[in-house]
Amino acid sequence: MQPISLHTFEGGIHPPENKHQSTQTPIASLPIPPQLIVPVGQHIGAPAEVIIKVGDKVAKGQLIAKPKGFISAAVHAPTSGTITAIELRELPHSSRLEGLCVIIDSDGEDRWLDEIANGSHNIENYLETENTWLIQRIRDCGITGLGGAGFPTSVKMSVENRGIETLVINAAECEPYITADDSLMRERALDVIYGIQIMLKLTAAKDCLIGIEDNKPEAISALKAALKSIHAEQRIAVVTIPTKYPSGGERQLIKILTGKEVPSDGIPADIGIVCQNVGTCAAVYQAIAFGKPLVSRITTITGESINNPQNVEVLIGTPIKHLLEFAGFKQEKSLFQKLINSKVPAKPRIIMGGPMMGFTLSSDELPILKSSNCILAPSQKELPANDVASACIRCGLCTEACPVELLPQQLYWFSKAGEFDKAEQHNIADCIECGACSYVCPSQIPLVQYYRYAKGEIKEERVAQEKSNRSKIRYEARQDRLDREAAEKEAKRQARAAAAEKAQAAKKAQAAKAALAEASSSVIDSSKVDGTAVEVKQAEPVNLEDLQQKLDAAQAGLKKSMDKIAEIKADESSTQDLAVFEKAVANRRDKVKALALQLAEAKKSAPPAQQDMSADGRASLEKKIRAQQDRLAKTQERVDLAKEQGLESLPALQKGLDKQMQKLKELKDELAQFEQAAL
Amino acid sequence: MSSILIAVVLLATLAIIFGAILGFAAVRFKVEGNPIVDQIDDLLPQTQCGQCSYPGCKPYAEAIAAGEKINKCPPGGESTIIALADLLGVEPEPLDAEHGAEKDVPMVAIIREDECIGCTKCIQACPIDAIMGAAKQMHTVITDECTGCDLCVEPCPVDCIDMVPIETTLQNWHWDKPKNLIEMINIADTADQNVYKEVH
Amino acid sequence: MAINSAGFVNITSPHAHGGNTTSRIMMTVILATIPGVAALTYFFGWGTLINIVLASVTALSCEALILKMRKRPVGFILKDNSALLTAVLLGIALPPLAPWWVTVVAVSFSMVFAKHLYGGLGNNPFNPAMVGYALVLISFPVQMTTTWAVPFFLSDGQTISFSDSLNVIFSNSAAVATTLSDAYSGATPLDTYKHLASNQTALEIMQQPLFANDTQGGSASNWFAGGWEFVNIAFLIGGLALLALRIFTWHIPLSLLAALGTCSLVFGWDADMYVPWSLHIFTGATMMGAFFIATDPVSASTTPLGKIIYGAGIGILIFVIRTWGAYPDAVAFAVLLMNFAAPFIDTYTQPRTYGHVKAKRGMPAKPDANKDADKNVDHKEG
Ligand code: SF4
Ligand code: SF4
Ligand code: SF4
Ligand code: SF4
Repeated sequence: MQPISLHTFEGGIHPPENKHQSTQTPIASLPIPPQLIVPVGQHIGAPAEVIIKVGDKVAKGQLIAKPKGFISAAVHAPTSGTITAIELRELPHSSRLEGLCVIIDSDGEDRWLDEIANGSHNIENYLETENTWLIQRIRDCGITGLGGAGFPTSVKMSVENRGIETLVINAAECEPYITADDSLMRERALDVIYGIQIMLKLTAAKDCLIGIEDNKPEAISALKAALKSIHAEQRIAVVTIPTKYPSGGERQLIKILTGKEVPSDGIPADIGIVCQNVGTCAAVYQAIAFGKPLVSRITTITGESINNPQNVEVLIGTPIKHLLEFAGFKQEKSLFQKLINSKVPAKPRIIMGGPMMGFTLSSDELPILKSSNCILAPSQKELPANDVASACIRCGLCTEACPVELLPQQLYWFSKAGEFDKAEQHNIADCIECGACSYVCPSQIPLVQYYRYAKGEIKEERVAQEKSNRSKIRYEARQDRLDREAAEKEAKRQARAAAAEKAQAAKKAQAAKAALAEASSSVIDSSKVDGTAVEVKQAEPVNLEDLQQKLDAAQAGLKKSMDKIAEIKADESSTQDLAVFEKAVANRRDKVKALALQLAEAKKSAPPAQQDMSADGRASLEKKIRAQQDRLAKTQERVDLAKEQGLESLPALQKGLDKQMQKLKELKDELAQFEQAAL
Repeated sequence: MSSILIAVVLLATLAIIFGAILGFAAVRFKVEGNPIVDQIDDLLPQTQCGQCSYPGCKPYAEAIAAGEKINKCPPGGESTIIALADLLGVEPEPLDAEHGAEKDVPMVAIIREDECIGCTKCIQACPIDAIMGAAKQMHTVITDECTGCDLCVEPCPVDCIDMVPIETTLQNWHWDKPKNLIEMINIADTADQNVYKEVH
Repeated sequence: MAINSAGFVNITSPHAHGGNTTSRIMMTVILATIPGVAALTYFFGWGTLINIVLASVTALSCEALILKMRKRPVGFILKDNSALLTAVLLGIALPPLAPWWVTVVAVSFSMVFAKHLYGGLGNNPFNPAMVGYALVLISFPVQMTTTWAVPFFLSDGQTISFSDSLNVIFSNSAAVATTLSDAYSGATPLDTYKHLASNQTALEIMQQPLFANDTQGGSASNWFAGGWEFVNIAFLIGGLALLALRIFTWHIPLSLLAALGTCSLVFGWDADMYVPWSLHIFTGATMMGAFFIATDPVSASTTPLGKIIYGAGIGILIFVIRTWGAYPDAVAFAVLLMNFAAPFIDTYTQPRTYGHVKAKRGMPAKPDANKDADKNVDHKEG
């Protein structure tokens, strides 16, 4: 390979390295802890899905949670034992939130799964194996990035046809104190190289650059020797880079080694580069060659509060108290500390990760994760808690330190004032939260926290905006639907009205015709009248009351006419024409007869129908009442229970009960009314 | 006399030329903007709760465009008022208390499902169709869609709908704003060293 | 295990800190003025030192008072040394024999109005020292232009004595002040040259005692004057030390001096008409302004490119005001004018961020600025 010309990134800082303390002894292994806490969401992406039950016996390396979705990672039992609980436990995370964890009581045997123990998972010619098989195996073994973020490796490796030129291996380990990768390279350099060969095959990259800071001479020579021993120098080069924080940032390392910049909204694959951590390489080799899932990792335990700082191979899920105990944690005499310098918090501070990007833990019960590369227990003197922040004096030291060329002081002012649009304009999204700016800030402002806060707010705002867009769409859709329904209803109503009108018109026409016929002939043909009546009846559903009324009116009319005739007959002197009145009486009599006929007809068909309806309504009412009674009983039970336990929901329940009783009463009233009507 | 004439003619010509340029620019560089109602509607929270006394955000947006006050939307609160003031170029005013107060935390509705009698009353009330269920079946709120408008709580005959704060998860958790430390060390309590403890 | 698991501290990263503090930065700047102050004292007598002490006392009491009124922690803020720095810079800037009340007015105005009324350290848009200076320069022009001490070689080879200085500065009797200050004070070389240039040639001006009696002896080739060159060199040394200690970056001083030098070279080819470049650079408050005033971070530009523009702007303004303005020196006004422009400059000079093809500049677009750059943060970390 050609000699590499190094580049550099702007900014950066040189904090005290403090790495030698933990590299004095070889990697130790921690005794098997009695209980392990294995969270199922240790990686970026969807948490894995638990596939075992409480009480199950598991062997070391047995799958206990399978990946759910593409970006997810499997979780395996780190040792053999019994599942005693699957429950929410606090996670090692700044939020101190809880997540689903599998609790395993170890049996102390540390017995591997049979297939792994007897070597039937081993393969030798893995470099001739299908890529898909290799990637599947990496996925099955639950390998995630061991550098910090924990991105599922199988996903990152699925870049075969994206034209990858260079594989960059991140061995910079730029954060002070941490030496996990350093010791891994010193002791297991071959594993790393073999892992790199697998990755080279998977990515189809032309060559591989291992970027390593010049403060790790032993690791550099170990890697070089390993390369030589298997004659792999053609495609893999160890590149020594100057020590500067944060050269181990993925984007910064890529810039140093290749001079290229990863686009702000892209990923390294966009510029033909894939970047992996050395630890991940070794884990990939173990997974491919021996089928060993990721159940342990090397973690640095260091800091002045630790008697024997060192690197330890520790099972995933080990509560850190065992680690602290193993390495000898001495708690500071808090009272004394308080007396000499009351500014310093007396509480112990345990950091997961390094001093620049790590986060403090809330207790020593929290487990080691796949991505936990360091447990740091500093003394107060070593890493004093920041002094009270004073005002930003715009000294610009942070600008000089920022590795991505932001203007941290501007971001700070904007974040503080809540001017998030301006913060975005100043590229707050590109901040890698490296902490270089806070490190140099003379005013000791917690700058990174401001940026995290601002980023969170911006994200929240964006989510809210998206949600409000969705609600708007849903609202409009609903509005449309309601309009449509209303329109439909309206159309139906109009159709009905039109039909009714038509019928009315027909009836009127009919009536007019009848009147005409009546007028034209003085002799009334009763059958004709009948026919008309029948016709009318057919045209429109008969209304009994209407008919009755008409009949009454007709009868009254008839009576009146007959009275008149009698009057005329009694009064001899009358000049009125008796014949006219007699004709009218005949007419009216006919009408009454017709109406009576109609009424009889209508009554014949109507009553049974009415009876049916009432029976139906009654049944449904009774059903409703029964359901309501059931519901009432249920609520009553709940109220009693709430009363017994003094629950807060009691008033709400009571209210519900009252409502239900009211409803029941209403229903019963209705039924009673109904029955009365039926009688 | 003639000099006056020249001046007048000159000025008139200039006016015409510049007028033409301006007119051309106005046509040529016209900014295609949303109608103002849509712009206003975009700023409203789309909670559709009707607390503004309009039957939804869009009607309120229309009313604002027609001159209604901008401080009647409690779910949007101060930030919405400021954004509206900015858009319309008016002075921001404090939230009109008559329409309710801004909630501190976003809420969503949850139906206590075993108590639900399937009356569909809440479905009819929900302005964004965020409740699923059929008559006499159990109903459920689609939490991701619920805007927390409260409208479904009142119609429920058995009171089985609760408004709960949106849960904090690893996905939506983020660091708080750091306390303004200088402000914390008020003169009154500098003597008390506990301040430092609180700070950290 | 004896860990009290209930009470672990939760602090956001980073947990390490470089140990730099604001008060240390301020103190370093104060210490870096020592060579300049020493040179001033050597050439012009005790006046400057007396001014500095007087200004410091005034500044600290003003600050304490107003902090108390603002209900801020007095001790905590006083120890950031920023008030002290302002006082020292004002003490240096004011004429050595200025009456005491001029100093007091300038300092208290700069503390109360220019600093705390804007919200205290970090929030003041203008350089407080220069605001104070500008105020007294406008309000008391006589005291400000005539009380510059003359260098010792113009007054019988000795500077005004300590007790006489005290007398001049604190005397209430105008008579005492006048007699004493008549003997020991005069105008600055820049002022003198400018006034003489209207009717004298450069050679004639150089025969003036202020220029001719320089320690090197006057000659036409000696374009320096009155000990001022040593004062300026002393400030330059202090400034370079600060540069080496990375208290500020090279941008502002260099661009300021380059701009001033270029202007004075371009216009100053005719020494009969204009003040020559050497006097621009090495007399008056040039070096002190370039390294100690213009670099005040609070009120300056903060982007790298912005700093260059800001410095150059000050350089040009200094030249313009010195040449065509009525005031003897121009640093204060030039700095204040550029303070106005600093936020604007910053907005349009953002650096290009890693991974961006070009720099985002200017204000965020009004509606929906947050629609772009939605990125997948997950991929960013290893
Ligand atoms: S380092 Fe601190 S004080 Fe200096 S500009 Fe940045 S934030 Fe402000
Ligand atoms: S934390 Fe962000 S702003 Fe600060 S130095 Fe790192 S990348 Fe720059
Ligand atoms: S009050 Fe409710 S309906 Fe009215 S604008 Fe605000 S969110 Fe929309
Ligand atoms: S479910 Fe209830 S609270 Fe949620 S949007 Fe619908 S009506 Fe409003």
